[in-house]
Amino acid sequence: MTAWISLACGALFGAGVCISGVVRPSKVTGFLDLGGAWDASLAFVMASALAVHIIAWRLVARARKPRFGAAFPGPPLSTIDVPLVGGAALFGVGWGISGYCPGPAVVSIVSGTLSSVVFVIAMAVGVVLADLLRR
Amino acid sequence: MASFTPVHAAIGGALIALALSLVLVTTGRLAGLSNVIAGIIKPVADDWSWRVWFVVGALAAGAAFRVAAPETFDATTRLPLAIVALSGVIVGAGTRLGNGCTSGHGLCGASRGSKRSIIATLVFFGVAVASATITGAVLR
Repeated sequence: MTAWISLACGALFGAGVCISGVVRPSKVTGFLDLGGAWDASLAFVMASALAVHIIAWRLVARARKPRFGAAFPGPPLSTIDVPLVGGAALFGVGWGISGYCPGPAVVSIVSGTLSSVVFVIAMAVGVVLADLLRR
Repeated sequence: MASFTPVHAAIGGALIALALSLVLVTTGRLAGLSNVIAGIIKPVADDWSWRVWFVVGALAAGAAFRVAAPETFDATTRLPLAIVALSGVIVGAGTRLGNGCTSGHGLCGASRGSKRSIIATLVFFGVAVASATITGAVLR
């Protein structure tokens, strides 16, 4: 069952990044780059997504246990440490340069654009490097 | 060439959130995308296949858009491929170290009031604005 849920939700996610425009790095940098012709669309993506998520967490708070899983996530950690802030800063640098963030970048592979493929392979390398660095 | 598309943005954003929320509510899993992807590259027992199915679904939807509306995607990039690759390595390492990206921290975490996620989101958004603005200035 979880396979079907994942497949369907993955498809919803894919449709969402396509419709919202975040699958296009140029759309994302249009928001992040304050020097160009500024495009506020990304703020609408975030606002609408946050609204849906807030409802989801309400539902989670009311349920005891997920229907197709062992448990809901525990309370969030609260430690603010160097990996968190440094990692977020690094992510910001990379995201700002190219306009690719991980999920939409993977979806954009289907366009066959070489830069999408290069980005996703490099991102996988980055994940492996980070684990080596952390050891 | 900015094209402001608030309606598409809001509908798309709601779909993205609906996808992650349904995973959360029905299975109890957090489907932040950097984590989904990292868990495919570095598998943990019994926690692998749902991630693959999620990505397969996302790719299938993307492929449908590719066929029906090719303009959904950027056809070219304004950056040299070496810079794209550099940005990919930085994004992969940064999201792995910081344990989340736009969807994991920015949506799943921030929406439940997680202090870590809110701080991570403020940091990566702030830095990304600076980084994109500098990159844009260099390219213009």
